[in-house]
Amino acid sequence: MSGILLAARNLSVRFGGVLAVNNVSFDVRRGEVFTLIGPNGAGKTTVFNLISRIYDPTSGTLEFNGRALGDVPPHQIAPLGIARTFQNIELFEHATVLQNLLIGRHIRRRTGVWKELVFTRGVREAERDTRRKVEEVIDLLELQHHRDALVAGLPYGVRKVVELARALCTEPKLLLLDEPSSGLNVEETEDMAFWIQDIQRDLGVTILMVEHDMGLVSKVSDRVLAMNQGEVLALGSPAEVQSHPGVIEAYLGSVDDVSSLRRENHKEAA
Amino acid sequence: MLVLQIIVAGIAQGCVYGLIALGFVLIYKATETVNFAQGELMMLGAFTGLACMGLFGLPFWLAAVAAVLVMAGFGMLVERLVIRPVLGQPAFSIVMLTFGLGYVARGGVTMVPGVGTDTHTLVAPYKGSLMEVGGVVLASEQMVVIGATALLCSALWMLFRFTRVGIAMQASSQNQLAAYYMGIPVQRLNGLVWALAAAVAAAAGMLLAPITFVHANMGFIGLKAFPAAIIGGFSSLPGAIVGGLIIGVVESLSGYFLPEGFKDVMPYVVVLLMLAVKPSGLFGERMRKKV
Amino acid sequence: MRFIFKTRYDQDIDLAKHDGHRFWYGLLFIALLAAPWLLPEYWLAQLTFVFIYAIVAVGLMLLAGFTGQFSIGHAAFMGVGAYTEAFLAAQGWPFPLSMACAMGLSAAVGVVVGLPALRVKGMYLAIATLSFGFIVEEVLARWESVTGGNAGLMVQRPALFGWTLEGSTAFYFLCLVCVAGSTLAVLNLLRAPTGRAFVAIRDSEISAQSMGIHLARYKSMSFAISAALAGLGGALYAHQIQFLSPEQFGLVQSIDLVLMIVIGGLGSIHGAFFGAVFLIGMPQLISMVKDYLPTAIGQATGLQTVVYGVILIAFVMLEPMGMYGRWLKIRTWLELYPFYRRGMFKRQKTFQKSERLK
Repeated sequence: MSGILLAARNLSVRFGGVLAVNNVSFDVRRGEVFTLIGPNGAGKTTVFNLISRIYDPTSGTLEFNGRALGDVPPHQIAPLGIARTFQNIELFEHATVLQNLLIGRHIRRRTGVWKELVFTRGVREAERDTRRKVEEVIDLLELQHHRDALVAGLPYGVRKVVELARALCTEPKLLLLDEPSSGLNVEETEDMAFWIQDIQRDLGVTILMVEHDMGLVSKVSDRVLAMNQGEVLALGSPAEVQSHPGVIEAYLGSVDDVSSLRRENHKEAA
Repeated sequence: MLVLQIIVAGIAQGCVYGLIALGFVLIYKATETVNFAQGELMMLGAFTGLACMGLFGLPFWLAAVAAVLVMAGFGMLVERLVIRPVLGQPAFSIVMLTFGLGYVARGGVTMVPGVGTDTHTLVAPYKGSLMEVGGVVLASEQMVVIGATALLCSALWMLFRFTRVGIAMQASSQNQLAAYYMGIPVQRLNGLVWALAAAVAAAAGMLLAPITFVHANMGFIGLKAFPAAIIGGFSSLPGAIVGGLIIGVVESLSGYFLPEGFKDVMPYVVVLLMLAVKPSGLFGERMRKKV
Repeated sequence: MRFIFKTRYDQDIDLAKHDGHRFWYGLLFIALLAAPWLLPEYWLAQLTFVFIYAIVAVGLMLLAGFTGQFSIGHAAFMGVGAYTEAFLAAQGWPFPLSMACAMGLSAAVGVVVGLPALRVKGMYLAIATLSFGFIVEEVLARWESVTGGNAGLMVQRPALFGWTLEGSTAFYFLCLVCVAGSTLAVLNLLRAPTGRAFVAIRDSEISAQSMGIHLARYKSMSFAISAALAGLGGALYAHQIQFLSPEQFGLVQSIDLVLMIVIGGLGSIHGAFFGAVFLIGMPQLISMVKDYLPTAIGQATGLQTVVYGVILIAFVMLEPMGMYGRWLKIRTWLELYPFYRRGMFKRQKTFQKSERLK
């Protein structure tokens, strides 16, 4: 069993005249937290959409767990073990949180339409099992008071957590998180950091995430890939990438800005 | 020769469909609502013209203009009273509302004592006369329809090309809240759009009336305008006219060449073919959500 | 408001959430069982019609209200079911078999009609279903050897190996069994993974796909089940009405069906029943009230059309949740009195967002 869970090789996608992703290659190792960073429009979410098979690549390959993803239709990505959250929350608005999470268990269903029409004992047993599994996720992410609330009325921070919970309900091997901390306050971001670590450690899930909050990135990531204008800029540990001059130029702020910030900090300390 | 005549008849009928479809597309582009009462608006326009000619003794052209103006006002009124309060609801509900409007219009006209349940003829000054163009004999009614449609379309094209109204309409249809913030008077615009659509429908009614009769069920012709709008692509104004022409010609040709009953069904078969091959219509845009 | 303290997952899985549910529905069922002996013949026939339309409404609610696929040509499925049943009954088939065939054939037609749904959404789908509706109506009118065309077709009574269902009481019970069975089946679906998949497709197709839901399969399934139920309703309708003609299954009927579920309350099974009661009850109401109105209004042909239109407009404007929604509000008011707050069901003022980008 190779240590590489997801392999992207020379991935490119072109939309009309725009080359959104240009010759991107990277590996995601089993059990790590791999983060994509970069300015807006760098192509990070596009890479996600390529993995989810919402888009077809113009060239290049994607391999998951040894299997090529080139001809897999979008609805068969989840059964393979890849789950994702969306940048602009795509929850089922007119259903309760519980129903959203139960839908997350769809790929694990054991019953067919005919049995469900009659609601046999087997169907009931399966429903109870599904519910038990969903409750485990609810416990992990502390969504108990929101269980029966309609998603449409929930605050933004809670919805992000529900998205995460729904993705976890599919029992994925690889979890794609698209900007998990965007729109969250400091406390919620801290909670998110702890949950990501819990998910990695306790559930053994590999995480590939897009993130802008550098604090969170440094805290949880094992390796970071910086992208700019569809191309790879740098790849390495969080510290390495964040001090890479090209990355600082394109994304984090120029070298001067950062060093002046360091001087400020030293002054205060002294 | 006969085929040419049939095609011309189809084009004339298609112009009427196109005008009604134009009304659909106008309202859809601005408010993303589909107005199933468009055919009934046409019917009301025809009846208004009839009333102007019968009750007030106006000559045909004046009655036509009067009908268009009255219906424009009516459209604005409908928008103000009925459509505006429900914007924000799911599109399906609003569509059902327009169905209700159609029902009220149709039933209301039927209830008018004496006049409502009859079919009436609208006497146009050019009715009955024939024109000969290049060896083909054409009825004047048809030429007037085609000519008037062309005129109307150019007027509308100029309206959208040279004014900011068109862009404002598009903006408010895509994100109403943002349009408000940008200072676009969304509600007034919507009123204008409905007025325009109703006026176009009234014009269609006045053009159609000399060819067929004026009666309360005239609005059902509007149903054939839907395939026209789909074929053209629901977001395209010229597409609506082109779609209408296609439907008109298809209907006309199948009425002549195919056995009985196919004529009514052909527009719908064509629509299904179009949806299978190119769902966004001839000129429509393919919109996809970006996640 | 009743507070239910939940101790087992089964309480969420069950259909009856508490004893009050069981009591009232049980009472309703007993009343319906006793109806043939309580109601005069005419009203029993109307109740039978309510059941028939309720079956179709439940199917359409599943498709439009729960899966979000709007079908304004649904009467076509009723027509297919009705003519299949009439044809097979004339051949002497026992009615359980012929009804099953009617359902199956309607389901097959439903899958075909649902094919555009795999490519288009919203208004385009509505027009596609409308087109299919017209085409099917025309086919029914032209295929004279089977359907008798526009001249119409007589329908025999349902028969089972020589035993015919004579009399309205026996037929009433057949309809009662059918409506109870279909409603239970659909309710079962809705609390199982398939029903949840339908709701997922309604709310966010991209999300549903990322949860592993095969859109094409479930959309077709929804169309098939919905059409099968409409076919069953049509088959029963054929026996009840005893004389079929193609225009009974045309646009007007399709719009009536959609009217039913919109006025009843989109998105709930209760709404289907409320809608059916409305559709059958309103003409009765109008004819009763007609005599009290001035002749000019009361005897006019357009009265029913106008009333329907006004009610439709009123419901969309004032009570978007439909009759079931209004009933919920009344019941909540009674339960919470005097603590009912007017804002409890208030919809947030929403600004229109583009549905093209869903």
